[in-house]
Amino acid sequence: MLVPLSWLRDLVDVDVPAEWLAERLTLAGLEVAAINYLGLPQGAVKGVRWPPSDHLVWDRDRLLLGAIREVRAHPNADRLVLAMVDYGGDALEQCVTGAANLFEFRGAGPLEPSLWAPFAMEGAELWDGHSETPKRLRLKERALRGIPNRSIVCSEKELGLSDEHEGILLLEDDGSFRPGTPLQDVLGDVVFDIELTPNLARCFSILGVAREVAALLDKPLRRPDTDVLAEGPPIDGQADIHIEDPALNPRFTLALLRDTRVGPSPLWLQQRLRLVGQRPINNIVDVTNYITFELGQPLHAFDYDKLLARADGASPAITTRHARPGETLTTLEGTRRDLDAHDIILLDSAGILSLGGVIGGAETEIDDNTCNVLLEAANWNPVNIRRTMQSQKVITDAGVRFSRGVHPSIAADGVRRGIELMRRHGGGTVAAGIVDDYPLPPEPVQVDLTVAEIQRIMGVDFAAEEATAILRRLEFAVNVQANQMEVTAPEHRLDISSEAVTGQADLIEELARIYGYDRIPDSMIDDELPPPHADLALEHEELLRDLLATLGLRENISHRFSSPEREALLTPGGGPGFHTQPYVELLNPVAPEKRALRHTLLTQLLDSAAANARRRETQQVFEIGQVYLPQANEELPREPRRLALLLTGRRRVPDWQGDADDGLLNFFDLKGVLERLLASFKIPGVLWGRGEHASLHPGRSAAIRSQEVTLGHAGELHPLVAQAFDLSDAPVLVAELDLERLLERSNWRSYPLQALPLTPPVFQDIALVLREEVAAADVETALRRAGGDLLQDLRLFDVYTGDPVPPGHKSLAFNLVYQTDARTLTDREVAKVHRKIVRAAENQLGATLRA
Amino acid sequence: MLETLEAQYADALEALAASESSEALDAWQSAWLGRRGAITASLRATGQLPPETRAAWGKRANEIRQLLTQAHEEREEAIRSAELLLDLEGGFIDVTLPGRRRQAGGLHPSTRILREFARIWGEMGFQVYRSRDVETDEYNFQYLNFPPHHPARDMQDSFYTTTPGVILRTHTSPGQIRAMRDLGAGGTRPVRVILPGMCYRYEQITARSEVQFHQVEGLAVGRGIRMTDLKGTVAAFARRMFGENARVRYRASYFPFTEPSMEIDVECFLCDGSGCRVCKYSGWLEIAGSGMVHPTVLRNGGYDPSEWSGFAFGMGPERSAMLRHDIHDIRYFWGNDLRFLEQF
Repeated sequence: MLVPLSWLRDLVDVDVPAEWLAERLTLAGLEVAAINYLGLPQGAVKGVRWPPSDHLVWDRDRLLLGAIREVRAHPNADRLVLAMVDYGGDALEQCVTGAANLFEFRGAGPLEPSLWAPFAMEGAELWDGHSETPKRLRLKERALRGIPNRSIVCSEKELGLSDEHEGILLLEDDGSFRPGTPLQDVLGDVVFDIELTPNLARCFSILGVAREVAALLDKPLRRPDTDVLAEGPPIDGQADIHIEDPALNPRFTLALLRDTRVGPSPLWLQQRLRLVGQRPINNIVDVTNYITFELGQPLHAFDYDKLLARADGASPAITTRHARPGETLTTLEGTRRDLDAHDIILLDSAGILSLGGVIGGAETEIDDNTCNVLLEAANWNPVNIRRTMQSQKVITDAGVRFSRGVHPSIAADGVRRGIELMRRHGGGTVAAGIVDDYPLPPEPVQVDLTVAEIQRIMGVDFAAEEATAILRRLEFAVNVQANQMEVTAPEHRLDISSEAVTGQADLIEELARIYGYDRIPDSMIDDELPPPHADLALEHEELLRDLLATLGLRENISHRFSSPEREALLTPGGGPGFHTQPYVELLNPVAPEKRALRHTLLTQLLDSAAANARRRETQQVFEIGQVYLPQANEELPREPRRLALLLTGRRRVPDWQGDADDGLLNFFDLKGVLERLLASFKIPGVLWGRGEHASLHPGRSAAIRSQEVTLGHAGELHPLVAQAFDLSDAPVLVAELDLERLLERSNWRSYPLQALPLTPPVFQDIALVLREEVAAADVETALRRAGGDLLQDLRLFDVYTGDPVPPGHKSLAFNLVYQTDARTLTDREVAKVHRKIVRAAENQLGATLRA
Repeated sequence: MLETLEAQYADALEALAASESSEALDAWQSAWLGRRGAITASLRATGQLPPETRAAWGKRANEIRQLLTQAHEEREEAIRSAELLLDLEGGFIDVTLPGRRRQAGGLHPSTRILREFARIWGEMGFQVYRSRDVETDEYNFQYLNFPPHHPARDMQDSFYTTTPGVILRTHTSPGQIRAMRDLGAGGTRPVRVILPGMCYRYEQITARSEVQFHQVEGLAVGRGIRMTDLKGTVAAFARRMFGENARVRYRASYFPFTEPSMEIDVECFLCDGSGCRVCKYSGWLEIAGSGMVHPTVLRNGGYDPSEWSGFAFGMGPERSAMLRHDIHDIRYFWGNDLRFLEQF
């Protein structure tokens, strides 16, 4: 909301710099997002920082208030005139100007009264009125069509007030105008751009902000005048109101102005509306807007004669109620709207007039010929207004205020002040009195507050008198007795709860805000410490992250959105897969491919890998995070966590030392990472076996089990999946594991350590020739079993096929380590067990010793 | 007889003098003094000699072996010194050549900041409590004092699911209710937790806004938790996170689930508060929203708000990371671009 300081000053004395006030408002919860300067220099206040502003500062010596005493014809040009300006100097200054709004005064002789306008002398800095893009210039003397010219009368654009450059800015003498007054002192202003949180609906007006300023600065508030000069016959009988449902429409007031004239508003009013971002229209509409901004009470003006005509000359009777199915209304901007049951409508005998609290109807609006005005100030249920603005997709200044909550007490002030301003600026006679139907006044809110409660929540010892003084500055009525305060909320507030504890919290917030949060001291909690509840799964997870990073993997965190179509790419042959399980689907996705929550981490990992493949020769990444699995008969999905790994590209990036190319990462690189991980987490009984995972290559993938429980799958991406994700250049190794299953089987906290050997080990190698289909794991199992206790360790160090190994066969070579703490092994003992191992390999596996 | 020995000796000395490198010296060693060396052979031959010459031969052969061993050691010493000198004077490499590349892994910047938050708050007695992503409207809004159609709902645009009343959490605050109900033992036990987690808002994805982001919510509920404690605790956090001299500012604000509510700013650590691009020339950086837990929220968590009180705060790790590392585009965080991740 835009708040001009000049307007604020009508209602409260501000004797502090604008920047200081803005800071104070911000700290009190009215966040001043920006300070806009009109002609005035930015002030420097110690301890307060605002972004430097690069606005045009009006030169106090060269930008002055000028009185145009006469407009003369230009001897050589029809489109130019000569304005004779009194700027307080010894002689009139002649300004050559093309301002269209001066042409009507050309040749009219001395003007009485004078026209007042901003006047700029040679050397003044201004915005270039003719430039499309903002550009500054310094005024220099130059001849215009043969007439020397060194000063100008200014347009709004030249002053930086708006983009208006058709004519010059004409000002209205409020009786204080003197030629030569620095323009800063006439038009200079500061406009605060305040962002209001939803609880500050009461501040959605100049009066609302002024009230806060008055409380913060401890100054009296000057309320706008609501006296009306009402010389017409009483309004009774000239208009009537019927409220069907007071919950929708707690109050409705009307005032009537006859024989007024529609025309432009006075310049000061137009200027104020512009300062708050409104476009002036005419004196009637402008007043409704002015009151909306000044008091926060939106008004609506009807053409009274149009209402009369609709009622065939009878006195208009307006009803307010819910809209009914099928009802429609054409609103004043010309849109025909189908109405919903939550919309509140005004109607008369001829039909629907307007959407209450949001927007008027086209048929009864004010036009240039209006002479009798029926003015409405009503109050509406915020929830309905909010829903109407959403469903009708219309946002109005009235609707925005009513949807946040306007106190119904303001309606009568609004209608009185509105009708009086219309009378003053359009003429006419106001009917005596107002129509005021007020079926549902809010209950007065009273809260008991104690000094002890303030101390309990705030931790500050307030004296009852001090608290009372602050609350009274905010217009709360307080009865104070010892440490007890009986507080009644002022009429403009809807945000104070009558429920005891909440009401007290509401008041304590007000105290803290006005007292100043910065003045509340700091302390450390000295309350009882809760019992500990370690999240072991999280601790495990963090260890896992560290381990994977140590193993050279980068952590990814992806969007958790996906789509069945994207996840279907992981099942190349069709058939069941991630995408055939039920999804958590979004009603309002940001994109079709983000319309569901993921079932797997793989889709995003593969997408990222495809993008990264263009920039990196090797990628090794992991991600930990949940997937979302809806459950039958459950409102909320399961959110199990998964671990996914992805490796692809060159095993080693070559460098200048010219290392031999190690080739591309393959299944065993991935398996190595996983083996390290499973070993570190002491996962018992790990078995790698053939696994069927539709996304993986059937021959180069595995299921990982721990004691019959499947932890997940790992392998090379199925070539068709790789193709679908544009990742066909190198094998892509991926794994996805069920993190909960993995971590709950982890035994990393307490596991027996292997004692260091007491006797020296004996090393032997063995190379076996086997049929190709014999699994290495089976060979290892057979060797270990045959080796018994003496075989300390065994490690495969070579796999070979080709000459001289016969076709269909392979050679596996192992390092064997024999050792026992019972004694130092003799050559004979070692030879004996080694023979046993060889025999077992021959008999159980059909192996032969490689020569 | 002995002349043969002397001739051998002379030959050996000559050969030794001709050895100019460690390798040559090793070859000389095995040729003359090794197991199959000439001198060794001569020594071995002693036994086959007639007894009368045996003693003199053996004695002289032993002497020669010792003399040669000594000569070898001297020669070796000389060659080593020469070679060392050669290496030290000539064995230069270009140390400006790049080192051999090692592939390093690393953690995501959000993880790093989340850990830092958890560590600092852990030291102040706040334990991690994790809560779900997909939530009901009740937990995300209603229990937190956002009635249906409340204007405060406009502050947080939700993702709705096709199940009525089920949404993606817009903040970690529903975890407050779950933590109180889970750990508060029916409103009889204090709670002190932080709630890290991913939150979701319906936004256009731009450099400044994302559809998902982490939040870390903090909650302390007890019989004597006051606003001064909130200020002191958050100030202690800010000093740990942003430096011992970090100045903190508190602004009144509004969240439906706290009252009084406040925004917490820390003096911009990039410009020390003198104003820069990052703090938008205000000198302050917004780091947390906070406040005293609203009585309605305490009640919904199972506590009697006339006896129990609490404070809560929420902050964004991505924002902290952006401030610290001068990151201007929030989309980097979930883009998984290795050029970004490898900088951490």
